[in-house]
Amino acid sequence: MSDQVRDVIIIGSGPAGLTAAIYSARANLRPLVIEGLPSSTSDQPGGQLMLTTDVENYPGFVDGIMGPDLMGRFRAQAERFGAEFLTSKVTRIDFSARPFRVWAPDPTTGEEQQYVGKAIIVSTGARSLTLGLPAERRLMGYGVSTCATCDGFFFRGRDIAVVGGGDSALEEATFLTKFADSVTLIHRRKELRASKIMQDRAFKNPKVHFAWDSMVTDVLGTTKVEGVQLRNVVTDEETELAVAGLFVAIGHVPNTDLFKGVLDMDANGYLVTHDGSKTNVDGVFACGDVQDHVYRQAITASGSGCMAAIDSERWLEAHGEAPAEINETSTDW
Amino acid sequence: MAQDMLTLTEQTFDEEIKGSDRPVLVDFWAEWCGPCKMIAPVLDQIAADHPESLRIGKINIDENLELARRFEVMSIPTLILFKDGEPQLRIIGARGKGQLLDELQKFL
Repeated sequence: MSDQVRDVIIIGSGPAGLTAAIYSARANLRPLVIEGLPSSTSDQPGGQLMLTTDVENYPGFVDGIMGPDLMGRFRAQAERFGAEFLTSKVTRIDFSARPFRVWAPDPTTGEEQQYVGKAIIVSTGARSLTLGLPAERRLMGYGVSTCATCDGFFFRGRDIAVVGGGDSALEEATFLTKFADSVTLIHRRKELRASKIMQDRAFKNPKVHFAWDSMVTDVLGTTKVEGVQLRNVVTDEETELAVAGLFVAIGHVPNTDLFKGVLDMDANGYLVTHDGSKTNVDGVFACGDVQDHVYRQAITASGSGCMAAIDSERWLEAHGEAPAEINETSTDW
Repeated sequence: MAQDMLTLTEQTFDEEIKGSDRPVLVDFWAEWCGPCKMIAPVLDQIAADHPESLRIGKINIDENLELARRFEVMSIPTLILFKDGEPQLRIIGARGKGQLLDELQKFL
């Protein structure tokens, strides 16, 4: 798999990467998708949607669809047109000369392998932030969770807390009321960043309580979560809140460590694109949440993945690198 | 699916685990858990690669909540390796094949 020069290598496999794979495969560019490794955080094959339940706003699915099912369909569609998948995670890159090179451990042997591509599409997405507390790490899986949809079930009839004030925090809080007796939303400000509709839902839900102006300073419990220590950021008062579970939804960081010093980023580490999906390196394109901290939707990620596929195809064509059939295929999107 | 996979229930768990001639890696999972779906094929591969040393056991927690409670599972996927009927190792959260093999190494 590794000795050939690919037309396109796609790094990452959320809605952006998989849409890019569908389009590139249909354009006979034989994309190799280095899809990542399974994990229980959002940094995994299928991306953030793998940790969601019902996706109600993806057009075409009138009754909604489960996030993992939607991504399964994306992947199957890409495979149908010949996209090849490597279940591994890129460890280093060299974009200083063409063709570009990326390295990832071979899924079978674990040995680092080199993969060579004429064009690269970066769709590594974003991952959830954690609080960074030692107790949070120690109690992960014992009441601290990164995946409300996976773990909410275990908190039936219990009191739990969600940290954060954005859409994901409110979505999780509302979802978790299906199981928990009460969900306390801990937010360090007095108002929420979340959209109006999510706020309305949370405010109307009698099981959702709010701890305003508060931050979590410690997670309490030796073998499992028994509570959280809160500090009021206005009064500096410290209180304990007895909860059996803690779900952290305080925002995202882009997965761009690999590209530091190579691809242009903004102050928060998001890749900077121009003229569609182009990065500062000619022949390297970016799409999805890795370059978008504004919209962050499955449909916008998909749309930008499509853009990256078309941009890379045109770029290959302009550089005389595309396969002969391409003109015919490209008019038939 | 690996052919040597055990589907474990509250009724069969103790008998199957105690009676197994090899360590059993028990996978607590559910239909609605994305990361669980991702590691299922990885577990099948590991079982197929090490037929002499390991079996995979599956516990659907929706149908077997008591087993999840008994082993204090609070997050899925959780994998517990049972050897001679006793839990030896617990792995919480999905992993890639390489990482799983590293953690399982001394049982393979």
